Amino acid sequence: MNIYINGTGCISPQETAQGGLLLATPREYETVRLATVDPDYKQWIDVKQIRRMSRVVKMGVGAANLSLEAAGLTAPDAIITGTAYGCLDDTGVFLTKMVNQQEEMLTPTAFIQSTHNTVAGHIALLLGCNGYNNTFVHRGFSFENALLDAIMILKEGSAQHILAGGLDEITNHSHQLLTRFGLYKKEPVKTMELLNSPSRGTIAGEGAAFFSLGITKQPGTVAELSGVSTLYKPLWEGEVIGHIMKFLEDNNCTPADIDLIVTGRNGDIDHDEIYEEIAAALFPETAEASFKHLCGEYPTAAAFGVWMANAIIAEQQVPEAAVFFGKAPEQINKVLIYNHHQGTHHSLVLLTAC
Amino acid sequence: MSEKVWIAGGGVISGIGLDVPACIQSFRDMQPGMTAMQYLPSVHRNTFPVAEVKADNATLADMARMPENISRTALLSMIAAREAWQSSGLGDISQYRVGFVSGNTVGGMDKTEDFFADYLANPRGGRLQQLLHHECGSITELVADQLGVRHHVSTISTACSSGANALMYGSRLIRNNIVDVVIAGGTDALTRFTLNGFNTLMILDQQPCRPFDDTRTGLNLGEGAGYVVLVSDSLAARLQPWCRFSGFANANDAYHQTASSPDGTGNYLAMKGALDMSGLQPQQIGYINLHGTGTQNNDVSEGIAINRLFAPHFPAMSSTKSFTGHTLGASGGIEAVFSALSVKEGIIYPNARFEHQMKELPFAPATAFSAGHDLQHVMSNSFGFGGNCSSLVFSKSY
Amino acid sequence: MADLKAQIIEQLNLQEVAPESIGDDQPLFTKEGLGLDSIDALELIVLLQQHYSIRIANPEEGPKIFHSVRTMATYITENQTVKA
Repeated sequence: MNIYINGTGCISPQETAQGGLLLATPREYETVRLATVDPDYKQWIDVKQIRRMSRVVKMGVGAANLSLEAAGLTAPDAIITGTAYGCLDDTGVFLTKMVNQQEEMLTPTAFIQSTHNTVAGHIALLLGCNGYNNTFVHRGFSFENALLDAIMILKEGSAQHILAGGLDEITNHSHQLLTRFGLYKKEPVKTMELLNSPSRGTIAGEGAAFFSLGITKQPGTVAELSGVSTLYKPLWEGEVIGHIMKFLEDNNCTPADIDLIVTGRNGDIDHDEIYEEIAAALFPETAEASFKHLCGEYPTAAAFGVWMANAIIAEQQVPEAAVFFGKAPEQINKVLIYNHHQGTHHSLVLLTAC
Repeated sequence: MSEKVWIAGGGVISGIGLDVPACIQSFRDMQPGMTAMQYLPSVHRNTFPVAEVKADNATLADMARMPENISRTALLSMIAAREAWQSSGLGDISQYRVGFVSGNTVGGMDKTEDFFADYLANPRGGRLQQLLHHECGSITELVADQLGVRHHVSTISTACSSGANALMYGSRLIRNNIVDVVIAGGTDALTRFTLNGFNTLMILDQQPCRPFDDTRTGLNLGEGAGYVVLVSDSLAARLQPWCRFSGFANANDAYHQTASSPDGTGNYLAMKGALDMSGLQPQQIGYINLHGTGTQNNDVSEGIAINRLFAPHFPAMSSTKSFTGHTLGASGGIEAVFSALSVKEGIIYPNARFEHQMKELPFAPATAFSAGHDLQHVMSNSFGFGGNCSSLVFSKSY
Repeated sequence: MADLKAQIIEQLNLQEVAPESIGDDQPLFTKEGLGLDSIDALELIVLLQQHYSIRIANPEEGPKIFHSVRTMATYITENQTVKA
């Protein structure tokens, strides 16, 4: 059974929400913290609802709606989200008040909105969707697990259209705290130079990307979601190489069949080494595109990568801002997205033009 | 895709016992776990009874063989997951393709809330070590690493149905030949964050809760962890599985963010879907482990949905939350273990403190412990915020 | 009552609602009125506690007290022991 990407929606630090050619006018920043370019959310959410929504909820609902509109769907049969951090802003608000007010006179709104399934719940509520609803919250696998769940359910035949997506937000608290963990560069960097920076650390990012997946192809469909796989804490590079080989084999192809690899390089010299090794071992001549200089690093950033790969297949060309190495062939048929988060969570997604 | 999935074992730690036999004994003895808070430091200590696991972190760390300074949520998870694995008789975990799928609602929040007190006073203050395992997924990984699980790790957070949804995803992983065994369920320790959160909703009972009683006024929070071991057909053939995991469904109420619809739409759809997957008629269900939180809203919605689906043949039913309290992300896992055991040993669990018939419903919960019934099929309900409704069905081994 | 309206707008984050646009007797919870829901009712309970030191223990009293700004104001006057 084939699974098709019938529509996508993305809200990110790039101008991805407004349609048009992929990265026609890339936004370049000089910072260590990117923020989403927000569309007008009131086109999807009425004022009564929006007053309670934090940014991550709005960007999730927005990207979900964009992907449904692109697929020509009013409501899916199932909604599955992946978010590592969940609703950080409301968590921070409630936690702060709880500490400062010594557990007295607290209000419910922030607590209710802090649960990790808030976004999937709101989408169901807004669409009136009584179908399957799930939320994965497993760090750098959150989005991939959501895709895998969707694939399994579609294959089982209990749903025909599934909305699946990955999203995370940055808040002042989270940025301050993750900075203390040493995740980010010490000085602001020009984002278009990020991937060549010779130092440790990356830049923080955020965003939401949703996919309308289905078992039948729609008029605007350009790609199949051929496979998803995760690899947890590989012991050495050889295990990653073996895993990629096995994944391609399971999908009836070899490295030579891959027209473009999309990698999760983030400009941290320690983290990017593995991409060099994989490219050298399996894809020495293959064109490579990358995306974290565009959307920043966050646990569900691979969702942006998959969104970008789908757009590249649609346009049959890699925009200048995304090129990392080489030149993609005339026909871009198979695209492999390889991402890792913090060296511990490696994932593969294979898209095939259709 | 047609492969069946079996329950090979289970483990529970909760306010009524540190392992499954201790929990069952508490049901036999009619000993619920609610008391004044002993371990959670909160200003509401003497206001709201809770069902805490009766051990401090040092004791739990000893049992878990993990460091004492990590989140209580991980310690509880490890203890129940290890009991589950050992009860399965599978032996050396490295011999199998194993997945660990765990639900929780607030990750390492018990440590984060301690950290925040120092951090809010000074942005450079607080020990970062306490934040290391804030993420829900990090709790799962601490336990997966300790168990030696590498093939698939995942965490689900759908509020009070997290643990139940972990079983569904685990079952699909086996049926899709991604792994052969999945330890699936959920964990949650009590935190001030959740206690205060539920308090803002004014649904915490200041007395021990009374699920499905007409005079009920709210829920009691609990803590704990519960996991089943799901195995494929080929592995089940070598073991003596407890029962078969025959059906499940997840539906969304799509009514309100926290409240259930008055007619229990999502509840009905989840139960109906689970029956359909099992290929069963409602009258074939012998016992329902209710979600039964004890709030006005939940019990009436759940009851009306049961009435709609089961009338006039009502199975025995009860809310074990009247003993364990509402353990949130763990409840779906804990109650899955109780339900699987119910099929295996014919147990009908008691619903504590039921006295007054709900006027909206034509049925009442069981009030006494009994075992040795011939229960062919048992249903377990878990419903949560965000409209998330899940039902699971466990069946005798054929 | 003007103060109370401003407090309600702030507590419930009612963007785009001006205090003077809320009628004294306009129902707060019906669709024709402000369209508030059960979460808002809980927020209003905290508002009474914070600004007027009035505790409502039973949320079921909510619909009566929070029918309109006027019923809220009356309830506050009747129950306020300490001036906020």
